Order: sequence, then structure tokens, then C-alpha cells
Amino acid sequence: MFSYCADPNTLDTVRWFSCYLTTGVHMSFYASFIKVLALLAVTAPVALGVGFLGAMAARSDLLPVSLLGKSYIAIVRGVPDVAFFLFFVIALDQMFEYVRHRAICPDWTQPVRQGSEFLVCAQAKLPLGNAAEWVHETYGFLLAVITFAIVFGAFAANVLFGGMRAVPRAQLETAEAYGMSRRQTFWRVLVPQMWVYALPGLSNLWMVLIKATPLLFLLGIEDIVYWARELGGTKTSRFSSYPHGDWRMWYFLGLLAFYLMMTRVSEIVLERLMQRLTHGQATTGGEKQRKRVAA
Amino acid sequence: MSCWETIQAYALRSVGFGERLLPRSDFTICEHFTLIGSGMIWNVYFGIVALISGFFLATLLAVGKASSRALYRKPAEWFIFIFRGSPLFIQFFFAYFLFLNLKRTNDFFDPFTAAWLGALIVLFLNTAAYSGEIFYGALRSIPKGDVEAADAYGLSGWSRFRRVVWPTMLRLAWPAYTNEAIFLFHATALVFFSSFPAWQQRGDALYYASHFADKTFNPFVPYPILAFYFILCSLAIIGVFGLINRRLNRHLPANTRQKIKLRMNLIR
Repeated sequence: MFSYCADPNTLDTVRWFSCYLTTGVHMSFYASFIKVLALLAVTAPVALGVGFLGAMAARSDLLPVSLLGKSYIAIVRGVPDVAFFLFFVIALDQMFEYVRHRAICPDWTQPVRQGSEFLVCAQAKLPLGNAAEWVHETYGFLLAVITFAIVFGAFAANVLFGGMRAVPRAQLETAEAYGMSRRQTFWRVLVPQMWVYALPGLSNLWMVLIKATPLLFLLGIEDIVYWARELGGTKTSRFSSYPHGDWRMWYFLGLLAFYLMMTRVSEIVLERLMQRLTHGQATTGGEKQRKRVAA
Repeated sequence: MSCWETIQAYALRSVGFGERLLPRSDFTICEHFTLIGSGMIWNVYFGIVALISGFFLATLLAVGKASSRALYRKPAEWFIFIFRGSPLFIQFFFAYFLFLNLKRTNDFFDPFTAAWLGALIVLFLNTAAYSGEIFYGALRSIPKGDVEAADAYGLSGWSRFRRVVWPTMLRLAWPAYTNEAIFLFHATALVFFSSFPAWQQRGDALYYASHFADKTFNPFVPYPILAFYFILCSLAIIGVFGLINRRLNRHLPANTRQKIKLRMNLIR
């Protein structure tokens, strides 16, 4: 990175570290932080959307739809998360490949499952065997996002379902008295008001989502945990111009600090958001704000 | 091998008794059930020991966080923030590498790099932080009248805490604490999956489940079995904690008793 980095052996400590921390692999390490943030940025809205649909389904009047919504919530929430993450990624992958297999190679006669092998025709492989490296990585990332969305969607659905039920009945009756249709009542009265009830649960969920991001590592993605292990491991002078001992502890200390910082910032932002949402609501918090303004 | 022989050979495999070699091919359902169940021994061990030891530290933390003296409050707040604010997964990794480094300086830290002690310490601290926060919340919502009544009876200091504050705190916190216990059990699945190596393939339930999934490329058998075991465990916890909840609430009229409401959590 810097011009004086040509021969690291001669550098003093500060310069050595400035060179060491800007090597190419370290850049990949920093990029993996962006990967984590990207996962959060994509997953949160998708999970919220899935959760909204799930909550709408769960409170539907049609029995099959509401059963579907409720069982989705119940099943995902009842099983340990890690197992779910491991299970879903393989299952989704196999499902996609199987669907493509049926569509692309209809005259394939052998069974897909041969003993312990899962075999589809070469054209149905996902991603294709000759695809570029980044396609493989993107595909893995996509699977991770879908898995996160399904799992967190169920949790969000549960929170939103609770939030919808917490909106005072009188508010809805008033809307009906004004002659609003069910759809209008839902979108104009229920949805704007439910957020204040759902926000504590949702912010909790957001914290959980932040803390779930290291699971990317389990899904085989080169995330911060992967790089921290890679970079921290003992390097001898034969293989690296920056030899050092086992520094994994320090790398993980850095990750710990990163996550604590994320949590702290989220706490502050969510508290502000709560203040905003409470404004004018029929809750004790809203009442407090009203009194403060009046006083 | 008949199923009974499989159980004899593998039921205690995870703690080092029985057949050394894991089955290599033609996996039967029975083998799945036996080995994953054998791994559950570790999950139960981690769960129970961490829960019981964590309970005491959690009480201390809650009292510390509720204290008006900054000397007690600040450390408790920081402890809870650090363990609740970062992923357990990262804590496991950090602790493992920390213990590895310590081991190099002193032989005393030898057992700390093994899961049975190292991971247990992490789980203990972690559950203490989470339960400490729950107890702290309960401590703050103890009815004012209860404490005033205690004062009126001339109770103060330790005896007031022991006879009035602490039981009420437990009673109020118990439903949330039940969830925490279940959650902790689920978290034990992370132990061998994160950093701590499984020595001689003696792992926990998830270790064997993923072993089968790797070997058979079929996640649809081992993971549902794993889920089945975890659901059994969760039911057992709900049963035991329900009994304790009944005892904690025994002086209250039936309609004001707190019911345990299950609220599953995700990763931590």
C-alpha cells in the first residue's frame, strides 16, 4: 500500500503495522465487513416483508390461510436456529436444482437420489460447473439471504401479528363507524398504528439479526469470521512477508468490538425511532410526550 | 447390527464409551437416533451446569445493576452489555483462542481449551448476563407495597432481600427465565460447531447430525431427528420450570398467577 512497504523486515512497529493492516488479504477482510452490512441491509426489509405477509395470513378469516400463517410462525420458532440454517441451505439448494432438473432435462431416466448422492444433470447444476468464481459466491450469498429471510420472517410475523392485535379495538370500531371498508380500516388505521406496538419486538429482532450474522460462516461464505481465522493464524516468514504468531485472539477481539459497536449504535437509533413513533399515540409513552409539550 | 446392538455400541459414544469407529456407510435410522441422542448428553450437560451456575451470578448481576452505587452498578452494566451485545458465536471463538494463548504461558489452562470446561465457562457467563437482565427487569417491577410491607414488619437488609425481594423477583422473572433456559439449551448446539474441537469425534447432537448430513448428503433425516430431541428437551424444561412456577405462585389466587408463555428466541 505505502511506498516504504517494500521490505517489511526493516520497518519499525508503527510502520510495520500500517503495512501489515493494508495488505491485499486485509482488504478482503475489510470487504467482508461490507458483506455483513449488505446482508443486514438486504435481509431486514425482506424479512419484514415476509413477516408482514405472514402476519396478514395468520389473521386472515379464511381458515386454511390463517393456519398456513400460524404454522409457518410456529414451526420456524420451535426449532433451534442453527439446525435451521444448516438444513435450509442444503434443502433450498437441492430444491432449486431439482426444479431446474425437471424443467431442463425431462428425458433423464436415472433417479435423482442414488443412495447417498444427489445427482442432477450437468445443465441443471446451480451455479453451472463452469461459472465464474463470483457467481458461486453470489449464489451462496443469495441462499443465505433467503434462509435468513425465511427464519427472521417468521419471527417478524409473530411480532407484527402481536402488534396488530395490540391496536386498541376502539380505534378499529371508530374506523368502521366512519364507514371504512375492511381494507381501508386495515391500511389506514391498523397499519399506521401497529408499529409503535411492534417496535420493541422488532428492535429486539434487529439486535438478534445483527448477532446472527456470524452464521454466514457456517453457510460457507467467506465472512469476517472466516477471514479473522485465516489472517490471525500463525504465519511463518516462509509464506508471508509479515510473519507473526497466533493472533486469532486479537482478531476476534476486534470482531467483538465491532459487534458491540453495532449494538450500541442500533440501541441509540432505535430509541430515537421509538420517540418518533410514540408521538401522538394512545399509549403511556405518547401521553408523557403530550404532557411534556403542554408543560 | 440390530437396533439394540447399535444402541449398546453407540449410546455413550459421545462420552467415550462403546464402539470407537463411527458407522461409515448404510446408515440406518436407528444409528441416526442413537448417535444424535448420544450427542445430546453433551447438550444436556452444558445446559444444566451452565444454567445452575449462571443462576447465582445472574442474581448478583441483577442486584448489582439495580444498585444505586456506581461501584456495583457499572461493572454489572458493562458485563451484561458485553455478553448480550455480541454474538455467542464470536464469544466462543474469542474464548477458545484466548485459552489457547493462555495455555502456552501456563499448563494450568490446559483443560480450558477443551469444550467441557472452556465452552462451559462461556455459556455460564453468557446465560448469567441474559438472566441477569431478566432478573433486573423483575427487580424493578416488584410492587412497591411488598417492600413497604417488609419495612413495616421491621425487615431490612439481608432478611428483607431473602424473604421478600428475592422470591418476588423470581416469581416475576420466572416466565421469561423459562424461555431463557430453553434458549440456552438451543445455544448449546453451537459449542462444537464453532471453535471448540471435538476430541476423538466425541461431539454434541448437532455434531453428529451434521456428520450424517455430510456423509449422506441428505439433511432431511438427521436434522428433523435433532429437532425432535430438542423439542423433547424443551418440553422437559417447560415441565420442570412449570412445577417451580407453581411453587413460586402458590400463595396467589389462581387468576392472578403468572402463566408461562412460550416465547422462542433466535440465535444469540
